[in-house]
Amino acid sequence: MTDAELMNVVKDTLFSVAPDLEGEAIKPEETFRDQFEIDSMDFLNFVIGLHKRTGLEIPEADYSQLQTPADTVAYLRKHWSQASR
Amino acid sequence: MIEFQMPSLGADMDTGTLVEWYKKPGDLLKRGDVIALVETQKGAIEIEVFNDGRLGDIMVNPGQKVPVGAVLATITEPGDARAAALPPEQRAPSSLVETPPASVAVPRIPREPPLPSPPSTQLLEPTSPSASGVRAKVTPAARVRADAAGLDLAVISPGPDGVIGLREVEGARTVRSTPRKSGLDLGEMRKAIAAAMARSHREIPHYWVSQTIDTTALFDWLEAANSKRPVASRLLYAAPLIKAVGLALKETPELNGHYVDDVFKPSNSVHLGIATALRGGGLVAPALHDVDVLDLDVIMAALADLIPRVRAGRLRSSELTDATATFSNLGEGTSESLMPLIYPPQVAIIGCGAAALRPWVVDGAIVAHRLLTVTIAGDHRVSDARRASQFLSRLDRLLQTPEAL
Repeated sequence: MTDAELMNVVKDTLFSVAPDLEGEAIKPEETFRDQFEIDSMDFLNFVIGLHKRTGLEIPEADYSQLQTPADTVAYLRKHWSQASR
Repeated sequence: MIEFQMPSLGADMDTGTLVEWYKKPGDLLKRGDVIALVETQKGAIEIEVFNDGRLGDIMVNPGQKVPVGAVLATITEPGDARAAALPPEQRAPSSLVETPPASVAVPRIPREPPLPSPPSTQLLEPTSPSASGVRAKVTPAARVRADAAGLDLAVISPGPDGVIGLREVEGARTVRSTPRKSGLDLGEMRKAIAAAMARSHREIPHYWVSQTIDTTALFDWLEAANSKRPVASRLLYAAPLIKAVGLALKETPELNGHYVDDVFKPSNSVHLGIATALRGGGLVAPALHDVDVLDLDVIMAALADLIPRVRAGRLRSSELTDATATFSNLGEGTSESLMPLIYPPQVAIIGCGAAALRPWVVDGAIVAHRLLTVTIAGDHRVSDARRASQFLSRLDRLLQTPEAL
């Protein structure tokens, strides 16, 4: 998986949990909360969505590493060996 | 025969547009059936009936906009012609059977009498704004915001990717903002919120009581519980918080119910309105029913169901009318506290700031603890600050033993 492909995973997951954002441009370095008013329920659904797409079991303690799109890509890359898909 | 009226879905609604009938004349109806879809300032609401019966004549056709209280259809009820298509608590007592049916349907909120045959009936405006003139791809969020700002999408230039997103709308908004009306938009919702809150501020003698609660035990317990749960069944702290608020409200009836026609009617059930923010502004607080008796997993599942429906504008009428108190949780990464206004005809609202690490005194020493400032607004026509303080103390105690929730 290239970083561009991982970013697509992040985008697709975000748009599936917040369909009204579909097609929005994403700023990689800005937090999901700041750019899209993502709340804790959206965020939980985002993590559930990442789990469904990748098979990664993301512990709650790691949520702080998933605050921006770029951080999330980095996290997925780091843990990709454990991903089942 | 019952006259099934356009329901009032809150203090801030005065008209609704009938979008679709789900039943046709002659169909059997059961209490709780969704029989119609109505477009309101809070989105498209599925209207439920509160009686068994059979649908009679349809008086309002899809596309018609009518005031609250206008007769939408008649329902024939087996046996008698007493009860109206309203929740049981809104019905006139059975001792008043001689009251003509038209006035039996006592609206919860006092308002102008319904027009017999509404001359103000208007055709539904299309909900998708000027779609014909738009060539660029538009994101749904951008469409809603452009609509709210009264912007014609045809005059907004798409971004470099050929898509009109929130950024493009914001850019165009600074250039021109001509107000424009349409079906569902955030501008209309803002007016509805303003009307309800102006009424609240005018009519309800508010008081506020605040308490900072140590939520270290709650978050420690939650972290341990979530570490054993797969991601899809993890809990947000809102779930135990809502349960604890429900239990504490159950023990303070002066804070849980409705104030209607100069009388407070406490509620035996706790239906907590969950204030839910919409992207781009606006707020709806649909009821989570019986939160004081639900398991945390059930509350969590109910929240997961409810919040997307708020954002999509798909709520049921009972969810907009049943709340006995409201819960407003600013959430993580936000401000320390809020002083909310009561949503009439309720008599209390509970506001929570962000739970954050702040200084706390334990055994004479200052330590960093996760603190949550909870503020309750109460209605002096019904209760005083002391009662609200008892509520907060009870809430505090409940949150110290989260495993018992």
